[in-house]
Amino acid sequence: MTKAEIVQAIYNRLGGFSKKEAADLVDLVFDTMKETLARGEKIKISGFGNFVLRDKRQRQGRNPQTGDPMVITERRVLNFKASNILKLGLNPRRGREATEGGASAGS
Amino acid sequence: MTKSELIDVIATRGTLTKARAELVVNCVFDAMTESLERGEGIEIRGFGSFTVRPYKPYSGRNPRTGEAVPVPAKRLPFFKVGKELREIVDKSRAFAITGDDD
Repeated sequence: MTKAEIVQAIYNRLGGFSKKEAADLVDLVFDTMKETLARGEKIKISGFGNFVLRDKRQRQGRNPQTGDPMVITERRVLNFKASNILKLGLNPRRGREATEGGASAGS
Repeated sequence: MTKSELIDVIATRGTLTKARAELVVNCVFDAMTESLERGEGIEIRGFGSFTVRPYKPYSGRNPRTGEAVPVPAKRLPFFKVGKELREIVDKSRAFAITGDDD
């Protein structure tokens, strides 16, 4: 799925928006999320998941191609933690077992 | 930022009613959820991509009792941050991480 298909979903399902308006709104959603993360603010989308920021200290790593040791610099990374609802949707027959260990992500 | 705060921003910046903005934001995440449920990944340029990863069954343990618990095969969503967003996120080190308390 690409952004164009999300635009199409808005256009088909909601009505009252031109294709251009639907496209602008989808851009606005992702741009707003990017701007929020750019301020160091995490995002919680209930029913979908959380976009969380983590600061990583400098550490020793290896170039996976050559195996040479190298320093991985200090950085901030983005992780996505899927909500339990999303995980259950991906594992419809198995119910609770599918999301064991992810009890905090459901809200 | 929560989903309802995102809806407020979309309403203001998109000059929509809140009810309409809520439909838009829900539709975006519904469409993405449906894609993942079909096992189809999502690629949003400049943001990142979501894929569905299959996991094999394994034998886990109840951490409290130490008892062996079989964990069935499952599919889980995986997000890989895009290059542009990865750089934006790293630059956000100028700010403290927030969003746990608002």
